[in-house]
Amino acid sequence: MVEQDGATAAGGAPEPIPAHRADYLPILLVPLLAAVALPLIANPVTWITLTIAALAMGMMIFVIASGLTLVFGLMDVLNFGHGAFIAIGAYLAMTTLIPLADWIQADQLALNLAALGLAILVAMAGTSVIGWAFERVIIMPVYGQHLKQILITTGGLIVAEQLIHVFWGGDQKPMPLPTALRGAITIGDVAVEKYRLLAMVVGLAVFVAMLLVLNRTKLGLLVRAGVENREMVEALGYRIRRLFVAVFVAGSALAGLGGTLWALYRETLTAGIGSEVIVLVFIVIIIGGLGSIGGCFLASVLVAQVANYTGYLAPKVALASNILLMVIILMWRPQGLYAVVGR
Amino acid sequence: MADALLTLEGVHTHIGQYHILQGVDFAVPRGAMTVLLGRNGAGKSTTLRTIMGLWKPSRGKITFEGREIGGWATPDIARAGIGYVPETMGVFADLTVRENMILAARAGAPDAARLEWIFGFFPALKRFWTHPAGVLSGGQKQMLSIARAIIEPRPLILIDEPTKGIAPAIIDNMISAFDELKRGATTLLLVEQNFRFAEALGDHAVVMDDGRIVHRETMAALAADTATQTRLLGLSLEAHG
Ligand SMILES: Nc1ncnc2c1ncn2[C@@H]1O[C@H](COP(=O)(O)OP(=O)(O)O)[C@@H](O)[C@H]1O
Ligand SMILES: [Mg+2]
Repeated sequence: MVEQDGATAAGGAPEPIPAHRADYLPILLVPLLAAVALPLIANPVTWITLTIAALAMGMMIFVIASGLTLVFGLMDVLNFGHGAFIAIGAYLAMTTLIPLADWIQADQLALNLAALGLAILVAMAGTSVIGWAFERVIIMPVYGQHLKQILITTGGLIVAEQLIHVFWGGDQKPMPLPTALRGAITIGDVAVEKYRLLAMVVGLAVFVAMLLVLNRTKLGLLVRAGVENREMVEALGYRIRRLFVAVFVAGSALAGLGGTLWALYRETLTAGIGSEVIVLVFIVIIIGGLGSIGGCFLASVLVAQVANYTGYLAPKVALASNILLMVIILMWRPQGLYAVVGR
Repeated sequence: MADALLTLEGVHTHIGQYHILQGVDFAVPRGAMTVLLGRNGAGKSTTLRTIMGLWKPSRGKITFEGREIGGWATPDIARAGIGYVPETMGVFADLTVRENMILAARAGAPDAARLEWIFGFFPALKRFWTHPAGVLSGGQKQMLSIARAIIEPRPLILIDEPTKGIAPAIIDNMISAFDELKRGATTLLLVEQNFRFAEALGDHAVVMDDGRIVHRETMAALAADTATQTRLLGLSLEAHG
């Protein structure tokens, strides 16, 4: 904690209400990036398509990253194994969809969504249980030891990928989109893929739900307080470990959801999906400010913008440009866009 | 001491390889204020943190209401009935004053009457009720930290240097608040460097040096004993009156 200067006006005269300055500056980075990309891309239709793709991709990354940033914020746990939940979630969803092929192929939105909903439910339930076990067996023994956390959770990710090879085989699996979600809606010259819209809606819903929980429920307040000052939460009589397990399980379930969305986006699935996404996810939580949900949301969009714009302009440097984005942002704000106070 | 609410017997605490508390013995009598005094670095904050379970004692016994709490987890110690105002205040800056108080009241919503009673001493908290605690001044953060510890009645409250860097007007309100708590049968253990404050409220004085208790007497006796003050605390009433 920072030393406070105790200078305070004497009790008599009421002190002026300090202005509560909301920090909107980082949000401007989104239009800024888009504006910089426009002349480079030149074609406005392509630019709009890429920007929409970025928003959809950003929402999916957010769904995956949100749990991880809270896990780090709350207990200082670096969990590279998060990538395993992405992969396992996607594979569970794919497996659920196999017997539901009729529902997927029917040209009826309701049946399509029912099939997807069921697959997502299975993916999230499965990754919750696996997340719970992972926390007990792998994370708990290495609380407070970063190097061991990196080693053992990366090990967990590798083992999970190998297990996927064993159970599902190493070949690439198709992950077909349901009929009604294929294709695009055309608005003027711009074609917006339907699935991207769905991904955006789901991502936004997760974001709003998360904000409601974090701001309106006691559990959420405890999570925010714990991210700031774990000791004080305990000194007020709350068992932080239980809170952490709850966040870890929820974060794992969200990774399962995000993995499912991602696989559907790619329409294919390999065991490496987790390690493929996890790099971007770590860039996101670092840029956003570890432990900050708002920062995580914003950073997800920024990273997806850079990935899509450079993916079009110079595909070979797509990942490198995101690392560059991280470096630039950290030079501007070393703690990330929205630093959590007290960390 | 027969009527002690809290006792420490031969308590040792290590922080990493450092042996900080080296056999701390004292008792906190029920319904009174005990002031823990001592030079900077004597081990006062470490003593409070050890009572709260934020450091684990490596040896010795800590007894609260007849139960040995040494080695308990911090949340369980808090639930046993100990409120804590840390030296760093520990307010949740990102949460509003209201949200800080909601978390402090474990049993449910903060009791409205008790809240009004607290606002009586610390009116700034009412004014900034819906503001993030991060915008409060140092003194206001201290008020919030104290308010959190007293929003529900607790048998024992540990307070670590609440007057550090705080304006005199606020200190007077703190004195009134602690005075009323004492009359309401709350036991207080206060770490304090401000001798005027300690003298105004303290019933018992315990002086620490180098991780041990080196002196115990009533506050009134210590206040009258300038020689002991100078010897143990390196201060005198002239300097702090
Ligand atoms: N986290 C820590 N790590 C190492 N040494 C510490 C730590 N906290 C306190 N100490 C040491 O323990 C001694 C007592 O500190 P403290 O209890 O804070 O003293 P006081 O509150 O009486 O000023 C000091 O020498 C201090 O340097
Ligand atoms: Mg201290």
